[in-house]
Amino acid sequence: PPGPTRGLLCPRRVNSSTEGARTGHSHYVTPAESAMEGSDCTAKEPPLANVCRQNYGAAQDPVEPAVPRSASHVTGSSLGKAEVACGRRWRKTAGNIKCELLRRIILISVPRNYDPALHPFEVPREYVRALNATKLERVFAKPFLASLDGHRDGVNCLAKHPKNLATVLSGACDGEVRIWNLTQRNCIRTIQAHEGFVRGICTRFCGTSFFTVGDDKTVKQWKMDGPGYGDEEEPLHTILGKTVYTGIDHHWKEAVFATCGQQVDIWDEQRTNPICSMTWGFDSISSVKFNPIETFLLGSCASDRNIVLYDMRQATPLKKVILGMRTNTICWNPMEAFIFTAANEDYNLYTFDMRALDTPVMVHMDHVSAVLDVDYSPTGKEFVSASFDKSIRIFPVDKSRSREVYHTKRMQHVICVKWTSDSKYIMCGSDEMNIRLWKANASEKLGVLTSREKAAKDYNQKLKEKFQHYPHIKRIARHRHLPKSIYSQIQEQRIMKEARRRKEVNRIKHSKPGSVPIVSEKKKHVVAVVK
Amino acid sequence: MTANRLAESLLALSQQEELADLPKDYLLSESEDEGDNDGERKHQKLLEAISSLDGKNRRKLAERSEASLKVSEFNVSSEGSGEKLVLADLLEPVKTSSSLATVKKQLSRVKSKKTVELPLNKEEIERARTPLEQEIFNLLHKNKQPVADPLLTPVEKASLRAMSLEEAKMRRGELQRARALQSYYEAKARREKKIKSKKYHKVVKKGKAKKALKEFEQLRKVNPAAALEELEKIEKARMMERMSLKHQNSGKWAKSKAIMAKYDLEARQAMQEQLSKNKELTQKLQVASESEEEEGGTEDVEELLVPDVVNEVQMNADGPNPWMLRSCTSDTKEAATQEDPEQLPELEAHGVSESEGEERPVAEEEILLREFEERRSLRKISELSQDAEPAGSQETKDSGSQEVLSELRVLSQKLKENHQSRKQKASSEGTIPQVQREEPAPEEEEPLLLQRPERVQTLEELEELGKEECFQNKELPRPVLEGQQSERTPNNRPDAPKEKKKKEQMIDLQNLLTTQSPSVKSLAVPTVEELEDEEERNHRQMIKEAFAGDDVIRDFLKEKREAVEASKPKDVDLTLPGWGEWGGVGLKPSAKKRRRFLIKAPEGPPRKDKNLPNVIINEKRNIHAAAHQVRVLPYPFTHHWQFERTIQTPIGSTWNTQRAFQKLTTPKVVTKPGHIINPIKAEDVGYRSSSRSDLSVIQRNPKRITTRHKKQLKKCSVD
Repeated sequence: PPGPTRGLLCPRRVNSSTEGARTGHSHYVTPAESAMEGSDCTAKEPPLANVCRQNYGAAQDPVEPAVPRSASHVTGSSLGKAEVACGRRWRKTAGNIKCELLRRIILISVPRNYDPALHPFEVPREYVRALNATKLERVFAKPFLASLDGHRDGVNCLAKHPKNLATVLSGACDGEVRIWNLTQRNCIRTIQAHEGFVRGICTRFCGTSFFTVGDDKTVKQWKMDGPGYGDEEEPLHTILGKTVYTGIDHHWKEAVFATCGQQVDIWDEQRTNPICSMTWGFDSISSVKFNPIETFLLGSCASDRNIVLYDMRQATPLKKVILGMRTNTICWNPMEAFIFTAANEDYNLYTFDMRALDTPVMVHMDHVSAVLDVDYSPTGKEFVSASFDKSIRIFPVDKSRSREVYHTKRMQHVICVKWTSDSKYIMCGSDEMNIRLWKANASEKLGVLTSREKAAKDYNQKLKEKFQHYPHIKRIARHRHLPKSIYSQIQEQRIMKEARRRKEVNRIKHSKPGSVPIVSEKKKHVVAVVK
Repeated sequence: MTANRLAESLLALSQQEELADLPKDYLLSESEDEGDNDGERKHQKLLEAISSLDGKNRRKLAERSEASLKVSEFNVSSEGSGEKLVLADLLEPVKTSSSLATVKKQLSRVKSKKTVELPLNKEEIERARTPLEQEIFNLLHKNKQPVADPLLTPVEKASLRAMSLEEAKMRRGELQRARALQSYYEAKARREKKIKSKKYHKVVKKGKAKKALKEFEQLRKVNPAAALEELEKIEKARMMERMSLKHQNSGKWAKSKAIMAKYDLEARQAMQEQLSKNKELTQKLQVASESEEEEGGTEDVEELLVPDVVNEVQMNADGPNPWMLRSCTSDTKEAATQEDPEQLPELEAHGVSESEGEERPVAEEEILLREFEERRSLRKISELSQDAEPAGSQETKDSGSQEVLSELRVLSQKLKENHQSRKQKASSEGTIPQVQREEPAPEEEEPLLLQRPERVQTLEELEELGKEECFQNKELPRPVLEGQQSERTPNNRPDAPKEKKKKEQMIDLQNLLTTQSPSVKSLAVPTVEELEDEEERNHRQMIKEAFAGDDVIRDFLKEKREAVEASKPKDVDLTLPGWGEWGGVGLKPSAKKRRRFLIKAPEGPPRKDKNLPNVIINEKRNIHAAAHQVRVLPYPFTHHWQFERTIQTPIGSTWNTQRAFQKLTTPKVVTKPGHIINPIKAEDVGYRSSSRSDLSVIQRNPKRITTRHKKQLKKCSVD
């Protein structure tokens, strides 16, 4: 075995001599790198931990007998012996801390040979890893975190605090507004804001106050912080309107908010009259949303099956698209300015490009009942939808099918849903007076991850992606449990859909060619686009 | 009368049969009977033909004439009677036919009766008693030659059946070639014969002798015992030959006649007769034989040292062939005519060795011959393999050259016969050189030739066959055989002188048989082949030794058998022992019950590898593997190799450096827990703007943004 000095001076050569001059693949693993290695090298864990511990506590135990093991398990060759030898030598000159540190540096530089001939069967091995990862993902898929109870009526609306992740506001059907602390999972404040439903709730972009609208035709602004001890709970401002407001949203940058009801009103915070009111049609408007990127744009959806887009600097709406059924709410993609998704009564969600409304970018269908609410993940890659079918689903933006469905036995019709600003959690408020907290990624480990855990997670994720088309993996990854009602509904609707399709096919078949136009699934649901 | 005649003819026939193994059909065939070419006979025949011009009698007469001819020709006893009978027959048709019927009946009765045949049979039996006869009969039986009824032999039948048109054509081509070769050799022989230089001949002889000596020396060195044996054999052969040798002109009688011929007309006639006979007998051979004659006469000592084949050749050439000799003296003319040509091919075949001995380059001919031989032997082997008959084994595979020889002989013989028949028709052509005569290769030959491949008509061929068998069976115990021979000869001595002579001839034959056998290898052409064969064999042996342990083929076969067994649907036995009857140890459910509850599995479809002996096709799809395989190309990929490439690139840290691993596994979107992700802003995607609304900025400075953004935003703003 080579001597310690040689190893110190020229670690590369030590490597080459011990490894038998294997060509350029050999590579020194730095402690950080070795710590990054995935879970497949779990055998390495104890020695590496040992190394770390030694690094931190070098002064205390100058010579660790377990050290040679840590090196030899990697190479399994004379390197370990060399370490043993130098360990012995240094034992004689114990107390030489500098030497000891240098020795540890040698130890840490673990060589590795990446010659593919030495690591055969890469595909099968990775396949097995992917399979295991998929299975583990399913094993650890426990998305439900907490249920926040306290409301005495169905939760009608939710709002996120723009600056504080832990704070969530909710409005119930009995006019009560509650502010929740998610970390403590309790209600920190309760406000009897309205008589009747709290129809809408939104926070100001600075996070100091929030606005509510209710069935009592009022718009109220509230301070985020509670009143001082002994003070009465009352709003900062109250605006009395002529009609019922069904929704409210605040501008993302300016002191402007918009309400909807009979018409879309844009308000200055300081004024009691709207800056402008825009109408297009006569039906009530159920929801209005400001574009988070192009902040002067806003969209609304009305009961007359319209989705109307407005520019708040203009006095008139921009354009509208008429769908087959009523849209309950829309949500703008926070990462793509012109993309929004509409939750429709026809069980589907439609992602539109604002520039081309005649065809939705994607039709998302999996729900078996009316979709009541939708909210984008702050990453803009996914959105969550709440449905009357007592479940929430998570859809990738570019997929027509959901990647996840959440439900519990006790969760009733989900009226509102929100994706938290750190993209990790989902909240949903439902009929049965509870707010539920879910993990956005069902099997994700909560809390701090070590770098190795993180690496393993990433690696597993990549493996799952890589092998996602393999039938075995696909089957496992897709498997979900569904409540019987939803399941039977799905079956039923599948039959109905098939029947419709068959009928259409038959109609096309038995009519004059070209007389029955073949309409694609995307275009089918758009009735008209009006500018 | 007719019966008498018939009996006589039969007698003659039987004689021919047993001696020369002449099939009967030669009697009937028109072409064969007219071997002689003396004018008298012809004249008579012509007369007969004229007299029997009315159609009825013609055939009958022809028949008669044939029979009588034969009988009269060679059988001394029957000659006179035959003539008489002819006359009687001629007289007979004048009488009424009614009386003839009774005669016919009688005749038929006589025919059917054995008593008439008894003397014949006796004779046969008597002859078969002698050891040589027995031997001959043995040979005949062994090769399934027809003894009593000279129709086609089984082998011939088989060959007839096996012959196809192509084969026949090929054979004809070969025959033609053989004929050409023969003519070449004849020409050569003639040329050589014409050389008058005694010195030349001397040199040739000396060379031959030297070569033989050398070979003998070599043999002595290599195998002294064999050499001694050889020597002995040669000696004996020489002695035998000396004893039986009858040169046409050098015999005592001939010499005396020659002396007398000057003065005596009779003697001259006799001399001429003999000469003509000789000519007939040795018609083809005469070219070569005369040159050889001198050798045979003068250089017996040399011949002693010559290997057997050469010896044989010379003997053949000289005419010591017992059968030929006998035919000269006592046998029928047919036999002679038939046997004579046989010599030629031999000569022809041995010409190769001869030419070598004389050191004369006859390269083309040699090559031709070799080619011919090779092809011949090849075909022979294949034929043999096709023939399931044991008679096919008369030509063994290892003695290919001998086969070739015999084959050639047979072919040329047939050829000869044909020519002779033609010669008979046009006797004036007798002066025309033989080469010319042979040149026309008409189609008439074909049917005859077609019958040729395996036909063994003569004893000569039988000899060949028997020799081959000897070669096969008795390579080592040859001395014993010779001892038997020597024993036999004294036994036979006390017999009649004629018979003794015959015996001697027989013994000679035997000797030939024995001597010929080992010497085949001295032929130049086959030795080369054999060398090659040996090399090949060695190579094969080496391979065999190298892979002695693992019998791959058997393993494979076993594996296949197992696979086939495994793939067969299994029967289901639902019998419950003890159900409805007594059960227990040693009690089996009844056969009836078993039969009743045995569900027979239906026969599966035939295996795909049923007709592929070297292949096992697994027809079962591996379901377990299929569960882990992608069936359809996934959506984003347009070609399977794209997909495969993505799969084949490993991403784990086992195969990648740490840095690469990190790069490969980094997720597309990384979020930090506890950090608020704000909506994207114009500043985030690349361009600066003031704190005010993006659109306003853009509208103010439209040049600063990219066209794409402009388009987007313009649309937004316009809409």
